[in-house]
Amino acid sequence: MKVVVNYDLCESNAVCMGIAPEVFEVRDDDYLYVLQEEPPEELRDKVEEAARRCPKQAITIED
Amino acid sequence: MSEVLVAGASLAGLTAAETLRREGFDGRVTVVDPSPGLPPDRPPLSKQVLSGEWEPEQAAQGVAARLDELDLDLRLGTAAVALDAATREVALSDGSRRAYDGIVIATGASPRELPGPRPAGVHVLRTMEDCLALRAELDAGPDRVVVIGAGFIGAEVAATCRGRGHAVTLVEAGPAPLGRVLPGAVGSFVTELHVDHGVDVRVGVGVAGLDAEGGRVRGVRLADGHEIPAELVVVGIGVAPVTGWLEGSGLVLDDGVVCDETCLAAAGIVAAGDVARWPNPRFGVTMRVEQWENAVEQGEHAARRLLAELGAPGGSEEPYAPLPWFWSDQYDRKIQMAGHPSASDEVELVEGSFAERRFVTLFRDGDRCTGVFGVNRPRHVMQARMQLAESLEWGPVRGLFG
Repeated sequence: MKVVVNYDLCESNAVCMGIAPEVFEVRDDDYLYVLQEEPPEELRDKVEEAARRCPKQAITIED
Repeated sequence: MSEVLVAGASLAGLTAAETLRREGFDGRVTVVDPSPGLPPDRPPLSKQVLSGEWEPEQAAQGVAARLDELDLDLRLGTAAVALDAATREVALSDGSRRAYDGIVIATGASPRELPGPRPAGVHVLRTMEDCLALRAELDAGPDRVVVIGAGFIGAEVAATCRGRGHAVTLVEAGPAPLGRVLPGAVGSFVTELHVDHGVDVRVGVGVAGLDAEGGRVRGVRLADGHEIPAELVVVGIGVAPVTGWLEGSGLVLDDGVVCDETCLAAAGIVAAGDVARWPNPRFGVTMRVEQWENAVEQGEHAARRLLAELGAPGGSEEPYAPLPWFWSDQYDRKIQMAGHPSASDEVELVEGSFAERRFVTLFRDGDRCTGVFGVNRPRHVMQARMQLAESLEWGPVRGLFG
């Protein structure tokens, strides 16, 4: 599983961080950082939920 | 085989339909919506699409790309027009009438209008058609736009119109913008933000009426006797849940479809999104939430509740106890709030300052933290939200900040 963020769409709402803080972190500079681009399979449900809940639909998961 | 009808193809309805499939429901799923095309994702309608930065296609719902794999019987241009809750029979605008095993009510809300006929040059903003009609009139370069109502739509439209270079007057009958969701102390910040950007903000004054000439608006009369000349007027005075089709259905209607705490409105019938009213056990308050994230979360929840009704796998009878959350982008500021504060709550500034337009406040009611509000502080808001989701206890939330 590979996490891809479209930074042209991302608005740093930080919803993804609320759901999967192991993978997504919005820092003090207001930008989103992906902490694990290839997170382990046990995080799949959380990452998929983060992708669904992103208000900008900026997160995609490549298998 | 079971058959589900989803009334409404916007965010809550399509999320519910997608959730049914994700949980393995393999019966027929019919989705109806009066819109002739797939309804858009709405947040960009008051921002990127209205500004002209985006074309309409860019505001497609995320689920649009996955529609094929969901195997829905999607009937756009068809509305649900009547329901009998006892038999779960639904009449559609195409003249058909039949019973379904399960029904998801997600018919959303429609904009409230000023009394009387609407002259040319007066707009509401809810659908893509509304947005493009307003955009076309803005493209003609009106001297002044008057925005009536400073809720999310009004405040964002005012900001977008300023960004396009139009002179804007923002009229709000309440004491501050976003007053229905924000306690007053932070509402006044939103007033200042708009004043900073050159908006003529009039708060605490209602609208007496519109003046028109030759069928076209030329001014707005305020209750205090002032008249503001306007070539273009946007009315953003809230929305009303779309429940007219449910009159006489047997469901309880009271500013929305009244549900139990699990989103169940009657046996085999759930509701989600702007149209649903339910008691949120996290706050002990009955609420109806007109927010993007709630449409997703409640759509998912209602679908699982319906699966439990159908005795299907993936069902759940858990109460729906979300922590409401919204964002609103105005100018270069990102405004976010989580929780459910009331006007009487204490407000404590815990990070940044109003002067730099970058701060976090917490709301307090005794030992409880009822919410967090931030401007250009998404990380802090989300950290507080995560703690609030664990517990509304004041100490741990306050402890996140210096």
